[in-house]
Amino acid sequence: MNFPDNIKYTKDHEWISVQGKIGTIGVTDYAQGELGDVVFIDIDSNKTDIKLGDSVGTIEAVKTVSDIYSPCSGKIVEINKELQTRPELVNTDPYNSGWIVKIEMSDPAELDSLLDSKAYKSLIGK
Amino acid sequence: MKKTTLFNIHEKLGAKLVEFAGYLMPIQYSSIIAEHKSVRNSVGVFDVSHMGEIFVTGEKAQDFVQYITVNDASKLFPGRVQYSAMCYNDAGIVDDLLVYKISDDKFLLVVNASNIEKDFSWMNENNKFGVSLENKSDEYSLVAVQGPNSNKVLQKICNKDLNLEYYHFFNAKIADVEMILSRTGYTGELGYELYFKGDEKIAEQVWYKIFEAGKEFNIQPVGLAARDSLRLEMGFMLYGNDIDKTTNPLEAGLGWITKLNKGSFLGREMLLKIKAEGLKRKLVGMLGHDKSFPRHGYEIKADNKNIGEITSGTISPVLERPIAMGYVDISHASEGNEVNFVVRGKESSVNIVKLPFIKK
Repeated sequence: MNFPDNIKYTKDHEWISVQGKIGTIGVTDYAQGELGDVVFIDIDSNKTDIKLGDSVGTIEAVKTVSDIYSPCSGKIVEINKELQTRPELVNTDPYNSGWIVKIEMSDPAELDSLLDSKAYKSLIGK
Repeated sequence: MKKTTLFNIHEKLGAKLVEFAGYLMPIQYSSIIAEHKSVRNSVGVFDVSHMGEIFVTGEKAQDFVQYITVNDASKLFPGRVQYSAMCYNDAGIVDDLLVYKISDDKFLLVVNASNIEKDFSWMNENNKFGVSLENKSDEYSLVAVQGPNSNKVLQKICNKDLNLEYYHFFNAKIADVEMILSRTGYTGELGYELYFKGDEKIAEQVWYKIFEAGKEFNIQPVGLAARDSLRLEMGFMLYGNDIDKTTNPLEAGLGWITKLNKGSFLGREMLLKIKAEGLKRKLVGMLGHDKSFPRHGYEIKADNKNIGEITSGTISPVLERPIAMGYVDISHASEGNEVNFVVRGKESSVNIVKLPFIKK
């Protein structure tokens, strides 16, 4: 299982990668393994004012459904359209082509409360 | 927690293991969808050793089976299998099961893993025929080999001509191991179930020989998750989801195995009454169109009113559309009707369709 050092993690198994004010968000390798085959992703694109920890949508996998909790406050600026036809990218490439949404962050300081890869690995017992 | 004789193999294969009916069972090995498709397109192998095997012996074995099950056991002959169910006196379902007629005085009843103890007690309570009842569930391993190439795989390692008809069985050797080999399964595909005794060494010998023989067909191990989606595409019941003690076989669409005219059996009087009064609800198949995932327990609505609940649901790996079963009020149960199921407050429309979802 792979947990890159250059991104931040949440206790709910999301990751966020930051470029300027834009945070790219997905779920971790551990999360995709626990979920199993992802069949679709449902993002609530009408939500404009997202608070840290809000659900921005759901991931439906064969076994179960799971919320995607935002690791930051802000607004959704882009949704990964590729996932509409290839949801399995969340399983096969969770940190790159399997990204889920991009959020324009309103309070980048929030990122300090997130986990680094070492802390995340210890959380999941790896 | 119990482990099957094939546990070490599942671990070695890196299967995701979960507790099911007191056993640690493989839920998936690689991808549920890939495992599902391997059964539909070629051949897959399941360890279902957690299932229960109860033997009925005695002069009145057939009378006992006839009394305790709803299907007509007098239609059976040695080497024939029958799908059946057991009912309580109030017509609620104790379990669904397979009935194997071995000889006039010997039957094998194959029951659901989660119900073994309950079923065995129920059988003993109702044994007014002096038959001998033996629960040999812990002695038997059960491996299912399912898919269009299953015959070709097993024929290579079977000591007999494997020309079994659907729901027939015989004793044969597979991989030099003596077993009951039956053409049955829970997938809707051509397939076989292998019942055999012995320790881990024996079970692993059978498993490895099957995989060796199946190599040219890209044979795959298949977990319980794909077993569930495979059976659901065929509209097969899962006890605990689609049927239980609060449902009766008539509303569950099991009228075809409920032989009310065969003579006395447990539950018959109530079933006759239910039939005379007419069904209040019915288990139906539902096919969706949009991206929504029906799951057990979701509410079903029509005209803004609750009309039932989903008992099983998934996205069909073959149809790539939502499929579900559930009980709905009889007034809404006709094929073609549009109803909605509710996911987190959002309604998704589905049409009531004839089962199975995929034709074989």
